[in-house]
Amino acid sequence: MFETFYPILFLVLFATFLAFMLVAFSIILGRRTSLGKKFQAYECGITPEGSTKDPVPIKFFQVAILFLLFDIEVIFLYPWAIVSRQLGWFGFIEMLVFIVILLVGYFYVLGRGALKWD
Amino acid sequence: MIWPIASAELLPLFSYLYELLESTGLPQPWLAVVVYTFLAALVFGVLSLLALFLVWWERKIAAHIQQRFGPMRHGWHGWYQTIMDAVKLLQKEDIRVATRDKTVFFWAPVVCFVAAFLAYVTIPFGEGLIVADLNIGILYIMAVTTFTVISLLMAGWGSNNKYALLGGMRSAAQVVSYEVPMVASILVVVLFVGSLSMVDIVQAQAGGIWNWYIFRLPYGPIAFCTYIIAATAEANRTPFDIPEAEQELVAGFNVEYSGMKFAMFFLAEFVNAFTVSAIAVILFFGGWHGALLPSWMWFLGKTFGIVLLLMLFRWTYPRLRVDQLMEFSWKFLVPVTFANIIIAAWFKYAGWYW
Repeated sequence: MFETFYPILFLVLFATFLAFMLVAFSIILGRRTSLGKKFQAYECGITPEGSTKDPVPIKFFQVAILFLLFDIEVIFLYPWAIVSRQLGWFGFIEMLVFIVILLVGYFYVLGRGALKWD
Repeated sequence: MIWPIASAELLPLFSYLYELLESTGLPQPWLAVVVYTFLAALVFGVLSLLALFLVWWERKIAAHIQQRFGPMRHGWHGWYQTIMDAVKLLQKEDIRVATRDKTVFFWAPVVCFVAAFLAYVTIPFGEGLIVADLNIGILYIMAVTTFTVISLLMAGWGSNNKYALLGGMRSAAQVVSYEVPMVASILVVVLFVGSLSMVDIVQAQAGGIWNWYIFRLPYGPIAFCTYIIAATAEANRTPFDIPEAEQELVAGFNVEYSGMKFAMFFLAEFVNAFTVSAIAVILFFGGWHGALLPSWMWFLGKTFGIVLLLMLFRWTYPRLRVDQLMEFSWKFLVPVTFANIIIAAWFKYAGWYW
């Protein structure tokens, strides 16, 4: 049943192997210096201050959540697209109901200003 | 256990190798291993060459748009410039920031590199030139191409650099936002074909230029436009290259990467650009179909056409601001693609364009 998926496994293994080889080659062939300043984080030449592990704005999280909602909704439409011929007009109405529910959510999100990026 | 070779009957070269190996009396699982590894190596070889060519081509186009010559020294019009660049990058020091997150920093370029090549399992380069014709082809491609964003986020986080982190976060937000219109515009074609298999999608467009979905479907051009915009953003190319906006973020997520690790990100970026163009060709421009020339030539030619379009975007449009970028996706592309789905479904059910 899964025979057609074997090439994916081989491609992953081969690609990972090749990536390791490239990194290894660059470590072997590359120059090595030990100037201390070189290994600082490069932030426009200014000595880095503070931590990068500070909290990030909530906007990024909101976008991630919205993506999950919308993308899963669209992915749910794929099975419908495959069998839409068999479903007939019933399928169309069902899909419309589905998208309208999604749209209500979309306008709610829009009204609450979650899509505003400032 | 016998492992059937999925595409042994499809590729002539492949079946020749298969028979050659079979005559040496190799046991079945090992035979499959050898053939699959050979196939993976073949995919890699072709794609690496394509990516090297694309880098050179992009530099030439950029140069000519800006009335320069671009690379000229290595060979005819600098044709092996990128190969020399790769050799040079291989000799560069592998600088690792002292404050990095060791595991994440190491794995980020590897994940990026692997994810970029994964989509090519199901992309048909010509008639029968496909590694495995998965029945969930296009869905699989959409799933694996999104892996890139994880690697960019890993690179940003692992570098322990504020600019890199911001670049990674922005890139995640951007790719994720443009994923929705992209998936929704692909749905329009899938709805019409009624199959997710890449070969089925291409076969449905056989028989002349008017059967290509961009011309055949009245809503095809809209779907293509939304797809190509979303795909440009997905491949992190200008005008949507906020993640590595040089003027504000140094170089975004890959500031701290040097040498071969940087080259891996770079290579993956160009492979991704080729992937989204190839998908555009398969979905809207009839894939390998064309007259006279062999099918793989048509496929490559059309794909290079779309890549050229992406390159022209890059060198003619200014970069968007991050807020414009996000609002463009959520407030314009998402409603347009959803309206397009409803129109497409209406057309389909009314029986106008079966």
